[in-house]
Amino acid sequence: MHIKKNLSLAALCLVTVGLHLLTTATGTQFYLTQLTMAAYYGLVVIGLGVMMGYAGQISIGHAGFFAIGGYLAAALTTRNLFAFHDSWIVQGLNSLGLLVAGQDIYGAQLLTVTPWAACGFAVTVAALVALVIGVPVLKLKGHYLAMATLGFGTIVYRVFLASPYFGEADGISEVPAFLLLPDLAGFGPVTINGAADHRVLNFYLAWGILILGMALLLNLIGSRMGRALRSLHSSEEAAEASGIETARCKLQVFVLSAVFAALAGVLLTHFNGGIGPSEASVMKSVRYVALVAVGGMTNLWGTLIMGVGLTFLSLRGVFGVHDDVVFGTILIGVMLFAPKGILSLRLRELGRRLLQGGRS
Amino acid sequence: MSGAAETPMLALQGVHKRFGGLHAVNDVSFSVAPGSIKAVIGPNGAGKTTLFNLIAGNLPVSAGTIAFLGQEIQGKKTHQIARLGMARTFQNIKLFHGMTTLECVMVGRHVQSRSGFFSGLFNLPSTWREERAIRSRAMELLDFLQIADLAHVEATSLAFGQQRAVEMARALAAEPKLLLLDEPAAGLNIYETAEVARLIGTIRDMGITVLLVEHDMSLVMDISDEIVVLSFGAKLAEDTPANIQKNAEVIKIYLGEDDAG
Repeated sequence: MHIKKNLSLAALCLVTVGLHLLTTATGTQFYLTQLTMAAYYGLVVIGLGVMMGYAGQISIGHAGFFAIGGYLAAALTTRNLFAFHDSWIVQGLNSLGLLVAGQDIYGAQLLTVTPWAACGFAVTVAALVALVIGVPVLKLKGHYLAMATLGFGTIVYRVFLASPYFGEADGISEVPAFLLLPDLAGFGPVTINGAADHRVLNFYLAWGILILGMALLLNLIGSRMGRALRSLHSSEEAAEASGIETARCKLQVFVLSAVFAALAGVLLTHFNGGIGPSEASVMKSVRYVALVAVGGMTNLWGTLIMGVGLTFLSLRGVFGVHDDVVFGTILIGVMLFAPKGILSLRLRELGRRLLQGGRS
Repeated sequence: MSGAAETPMLALQGVHKRFGGLHAVNDVSFSVAPGSIKAVIGPNGAGKTTLFNLIAGNLPVSAGTIAFLGQEIQGKKTHQIARLGMARTFQNIKLFHGMTTLECVMVGRHVQSRSGFFSGLFNLPSTWREERAIRSRAMELLDFLQIADLAHVEATSLAFGQQRAVEMARALAAEPKLLLLDEPAAGLNIYETAEVARLIGTIRDMGITVLLVEHDMSLVMDISDEIVVLSFGAKLAEDTPANIQKNAEVIKIYLGEDDAG
């Protein structure tokens, strides 16, 4: 079990390097930009995959957590606090080293929150929101849980769309680079940044974070609490009778998946240099659910491969103007023909099922 | 029953359960002595499974008290009661989909282990020893129930009798003080039923008190120390198997008025 897990993760590292070499060899390094973005979306999808596939709790609101992460990071690192620099809060933050001073292009004084502090705040807020809405919402099951999380996602979308602080329909742009590490060994500082000269570094950062996230989730699935999550999926009654506090387990995995989504939101927003309300939209949430389903629900590797792969194709514009149509179609097709995910299919069997009209 | 100085394993006192107009359990009182096998019998719809669900905390009682080892447990949640040392099996088997037999039994070790969410997430070395212990104890139980060769087979794909055995192993994995068995012989043939009877005897000899609901009279009469008879939610009789067999009222509800005549 452990050996297989470690080998698979090592293989994923090799794939990462392989992708880099492939794009270099074929002169298509510009692909790395979409591969980086796809890795961050992949982080959302695998987090949701553990909650949906393993613990059996659906959420059609995870774009909301992604947006909470992204928007808070964007707003805090761009909104000027200089006008409040006399207030005790700003003074206090400044003395803790959480603020950064600068000048805008007109030479006016700027005072903003550092990306590290903004990231910590954004992810914490997302976790707290998940905790607060999770307590009542996770008592619901099946369609009712789906509806409630859909409602949550819609509220988040509307709030960001309507708030001048969050840029309304324009969103927030000119989000600065995220300085992860200062220049330590003469290789230059490590920043999350979408500029072309940072492309390779950011590709490895994003995929490194994705692999790390994958390792953590694989650990969890194989652990005592992972078994508890999988058991409550099929019978909460039997899980409770075995001494498992199902309400608490569900809440923990909900918060964990929200943290994955929020972190992805923060990092992708710094990489893209901005965020808009479409990131919070219900279609995004549906897309994450579709990707988990395509990956095979209780197959985290399938979820990773499909999540990153299809997102990459979508970002490259392969599906054109029919992007959402394609994802909707994929969702219907998977539910009908491959409820255990694309990777579970054998082609001959697929042909047989198609002939039978999709009755499995 | 009478004059038992030690605390009963389980004591029900005036337990009621109403579902709207239906009085499913009506003023039921009895107790289970430590180390004994007690059976609850009654015709279909007598309230046996409802009574089990009240004891295990799946349903709240409408009135009355249920004490487990002297501690009142009505109003406690199922997982809290499980933690106190009560395990159960289900009439309609509830195994976990997508898990092997071994993993299902490992879930049963939940109350006997401690690793939390974060130590699992980070695969802390402190969890490794516990994980090995969970696995080896679960294997021992599969051995005990003679299904060790099925350890790595998906549990829900097993034959009915084997699934019952997995449920039993899962319940025993918790090292319970009291084991609730909801119709352990339902759907089994007579050989398998005899096997279950022997198994329940062995479990009692391990020091585990057993309370069971059962339809199979031969099983109940063979192994029980005492029997409680329910009819329309109320307790009709409580006695030794020999006396229950002679009880005219019990015969009446089971066989009907004419045959009892």
